Amino acid sequence: MSRLRTVNLRNLTHPADARHLPRLPPVSINVDDGECLCIAGASGSGKTLFLRAVADLDPSSGNVYLDDVERCRFTGPAWRRRVAYLAAEPAWWAPNVRAHLSDVSSEQLAALGFTQATLDRPVDRLSTGERQRLALLRLLARQPQALLLDEPTAALDRDAVTAVERLVHGCLTVHGMAVLWVTHDRAQIRRLGARVLHLPEATVTPTPQSDADYSS
Amino acid sequence: MQIIPLSAFDLSVAAALVVALAATSHLMRLGVGAQLLVAGVRTAVQLLLIGFVLKSLFAHAHLGWVALIAIVMLAVAGREVKARQRNPFIGLWGYGIGASAMFVSGFSVTVFALAAIVAPEPWYMPQYAIPLLGMILGNTMTSVALTADHLTESASKRWNVIEARLALGDGWRTAIEEIRRDSIRVGLVPTINAMAAAGLVSLPGMMTGQILAGSPPLEAVKYQILIMFLISVGSGIGAAIAVAVGSRRLFDERERLRLDRLRR
Repeated sequence: MSRLRTVNLRNLTHPADARHLPRLPPVSINVDDGECLCIAGASGSGKTLFLRAVADLDPSSGNVYLDDVERCRFTGPAWRRRVAYLAAEPAWWAPNVRAHLSDVSSEQLAALGFTQATLDRPVDRLSTGERQRLALLRLLARQPQALLLDEPTAALDRDAVTAVERLVHGCLTVHGMAVLWVTHDRAQIRRLGARVLHLPEATVTPTPQSDADYSS
Repeated sequence: MQIIPLSAFDLSVAAALVVALAATSHLMRLGVGAQLLVAGVRTAVQLLLIGFVLKSLFAHAHLGWVALIAIVMLAVAGREVKARQRNPFIGLWGYGIGASAMFVSGFSVTVFALAAIVAPEPWYMPQYAIPLLGMILGNTMTSVALTADHLTESASKRWNVIEARLALGDGWRTAIEEIRRDSIRVGLVPTINAMAAAGLVSLPGMMTGQILAGSPPLEAVKYQILIMFLISVGSGIGAAIAVAVGSRRLFDERERLRLDRLRR
């Protein structure tokens, strides 16, 4: 591993003058290189808004750092290339897969159960689960340094969930990325060995060892 | 050839036909009867007013008066462009984008045509300046309104596609490139259609007017060709400016999509 890829947040919230955005509790946390932080909370608790604020897709106040370099040192696109966000329902702008995924390797495709022939398929013929996995590959093809994943396995069957978790595990251990992962799945949080940021309380708990730990 | 004058009775016969149409649509419960009558009254009053204004303007040709009328035309056109949008920009931007696009395109094309092509003496002679500006501004207004409406409407509907590209690190230009292209195309469709159909399907208004007023048909045709070329250039420049300014305003300095700047 050649370098640190930490994400640090200091009082990240929505600015007071952003009246079009709901209130987001201020969050301060360090996510170390090779660490996965899960974000949990009921619907409407601000999980997606939190990831969007980190990704700089919505205006936010407070400080965000990548490897101790403050976000304002980067342009918006340069930041988002490094700290890449995967929406819960990823959108597609061209009819076939290849237009979105020109730089992906056969190994990366195979890791999620695809072949080169997948690249020639029309996007609207893919299942929701296939689209979700290909959107993750689309993100990784740009070689980000940190990942913001909004329920990336919500639409997947058990085998596909395992494949995605294994791929992200590789990002954590081999590439040393920091990963912020929104999930409702308690067993998944345990499998990922992740600390949990609870919203809207903005409290952090260690990896739950059982469902009772998670609830507390 | 002497023009045949129309009397008040002639106009009231035509007006009676509009009233009959409104009455029919009321009986058929189409819901457009009242709108037809209001639009008919507006047409008559507005055109009579401009007739009187032009009559006194032609008698006292002065650059100041011509400029004042041009500014009033632009102000009304700017309001029309905003009113025709489903998701206009909030605040002055909603008005300013359309008005500035029409100002730069419509005025520059008209002044160029007056100074370099038609060349009346003086160059702002109202008999030429006002009708030329009116036709160019009117068509540019349609083009700018369609372009701006398509831009803001598409950004509102396809925000997830724009944000998917932003989230991957693309810049705002790349993220909205396709919508920008489509918006300009939509804005230019009426102009291209009018040029393609001219003479075959439709006899354009100005040419018909000149012929009715006794001009030789070939002279009228030459003026019409000039006007259609000027309209296409004005519409194209207007649409391009509306898209350039409008699409930049959809993103902030961090290149985030800011749909909160639109009325939705």
